[in-house]
Amino acid sequence: MNGRHVNIVGGLLLALSLALVSAAALAAGADLGQAEKQPTNWTAIGMFGAFVVGTMFITKWAASKTKSAADFYTAGGGITGFQNGLAIAGDYMSAASFLGISAAVMISGYDGLIYSIGFLVGWPVITFLMAEKLRNLGKFTFADVAAYRFKQTPIRAFAASGTLVVVAFYLIAQMVGAGQLIKLLFGLEYWMAVVIVGALMMVYVLFGGMTATTWVQIIKACLLLAGATFMAFMVLANYGFSPEALFAASVQVKATVATAAGKSPEEAGTLAQAIMGPGSFIKDPVSAISFGMALMFGTAGLPHILMRFFTVPDAKEARKSVFWATTWIGYFYVLTFIIGFGAIVFVSTNPDFLDAKGGLIGGGNMAAIHLANAVGGNVFLGFISAVAFATILAVVAGLTLSGASAVSHDLYATVFKKGNADSASELRVSRITTIALGVVAVVLGIAFEKQNIAFMVSLAFAIAASANFPVLFMSVLWKDCTTRGATIGGFLGLITAVGLTVVSPSVWEVTLGNPKGSALFPYASPALFSMAAGFIGIWLFSILDSSERAKIDRAGYLAQSIRSETGIGAEGASGH
Amino acid sequence: MENSSVAKIAANPKYQRLIKTRSRFGWLLTAIMMIVYYGYIAIIAFDKELLAARMGDGVMTVGIPIGFGVIVFTIIITGIYVRRANSEFDALTAEVIKESLK
Repeated sequence: MNGRHVNIVGGLLLALSLALVSAAALAAGADLGQAEKQPTNWTAIGMFGAFVVGTMFITKWAASKTKSAADFYTAGGGITGFQNGLAIAGDYMSAASFLGISAAVMISGYDGLIYSIGFLVGWPVITFLMAEKLRNLGKFTFADVAAYRFKQTPIRAFAASGTLVVVAFYLIAQMVGAGQLIKLLFGLEYWMAVVIVGALMMVYVLFGGMTATTWVQIIKACLLLAGATFMAFMVLANYGFSPEALFAASVQVKATVATAAGKSPEEAGTLAQAIMGPGSFIKDPVSAISFGMALMFGTAGLPHILMRFFTVPDAKEARKSVFWATTWIGYFYVLTFIIGFGAIVFVSTNPDFLDAKGGLIGGGNMAAIHLANAVGGNVFLGFISAVAFATILAVVAGLTLSGASAVSHDLYATVFKKGNADSASELRVSRITTIALGVVAVVLGIAFEKQNIAFMVSLAFAIAASANFPVLFMSVLWKDCTTRGATIGGFLGLITAVGLTVVSPSVWEVTLGNPKGSALFPYASPALFSMAAGFIGIWLFSILDSSERAKIDRAGYLAQSIRSETGIGAEGASGH
Repeated sequence: MENSSVAKIAANPKYQRLIKTRSRFGWLLTAIMMIVYYGYIAIIAFDKELLAARMGDGVMTVGIPIGFGVIVFTIIITGIYVRRANSEFDALTAEVIKESLK
């Protein structure tokens, strides 16, 4: 079994290196995509190649440890709190957040900070109310927790739908981002980048399961944190480690740009100082609160994040992992803020990084990449580009694993086989699903190349907050919650979130091309309303539920709460 | 779990103290976190000038230390909970588990 794995891994590695070589040969052609293709960057490709080779060895090692379904889904429960914290932080620090937030800071300054804070504040709430209960009740997927005392089929069907919908939107966003980014960074064709991401991700998940996925994520998190730390250090070192001096220089640059654009000195001064305070990011209070809720509670409903709670041995390690995750993510956002200001000073007016129209070469998201070149030269540029690619790869692997486990564990083993599937056949189904998801992700990634997909990550968060989170929360904490209430309420939240997003400005006007102002739903995020739909649905249909099943559901609460509070009977660490 | 042991644990005063103290502490910290974050968002939504006000002669505004403060606060409040839960609450949990086996 292992020998075959190794051969397949080796073969894919060879195929990949051939793909990289032929890609380089093709790289000269013109391209019509949103992101401009850059000349082939051999340093970046070399460093990325080193990352791939290193992670293939890890995958080989992980494959030798992946024997049962428990190994595949949860790395046998043998990850420590600190390691898991890094892996969670890695899942969270996507390429979109690294490049997107630093670019947002470069353009509008303070607004980028507001945006990043929204992603952080969900973590303490998860820690206080959910983390240990998740660990104590769960086994492989969040549906194990949500369905603990309920009739399995309806809740599992809901949870699998919630998982797959969230994973699908998140995955499309990552794949399209991967294609655009790699076209930029490496000078590869868009489709080729998407295929490489899909193929590598399948290798990690298929052979190495959660063990490989976790270690790939940990390594990438360390590389990203180290790279970002170096950039922020170099930026600050240029200003004698005085934030005031960095900010003053940034305001000065913005003022010069505004003056050059024909503003009077007073106007230019006001415009420039505006980067130091809140700008137009938060337009109205409803959008602000709604968006904040999507980010805060969406975190607590993302299936690929929730799954990481089952990779640690007990509740104590689960808590430690969220603490470390919060610390690293918070530190990372501080770094991206400094990097964004560094980009204002070193990149935004440097002719080396600007195209004929005065925009950044390669598009707006390139701020951090150009800054890497400015502070660390070509080798460091290659390093950061390789890390950005690795980031996407690691995040897609985690997403695919969680999608595969929803199909194999929730649908196949629990719904179709009524809990009687053996570990080997469950494992086989999850591997088949991994391949299917990988192919679907590549196809959708190519299909959505030219689409505006900016809404997809926030939609994934909104769905997670409105469907997965309410069901999880109410089933764990509310005694009177019933199967019927949780299923109907969960689907209501899901449908409301998707429906309101379709008629919101970002999809109705920007993506579907309807006239401006025609969107029925005026706010930036549906979460405030769709979360309410989810919670009220669960509450209403639970209290109206007087079926026989409802009596069983309610009677099961006491035993569930004792296990969730004490961990008695919890799935232990199955170290082999 | 057996029904008898469920009833036994549920009746254990230490178990009741554990869930009462821990959930009260968890909800208290949740409320504080909500107030801090949504307070911050509300300030931005209703009075942007407050955070854009300069602190001294330079370009530094009130909003910068407050924004960074929210990040640091988020990490610290998580640490406070984890520290208490991993010592005091886990010790109590261990006692409950031990007594349930008697």
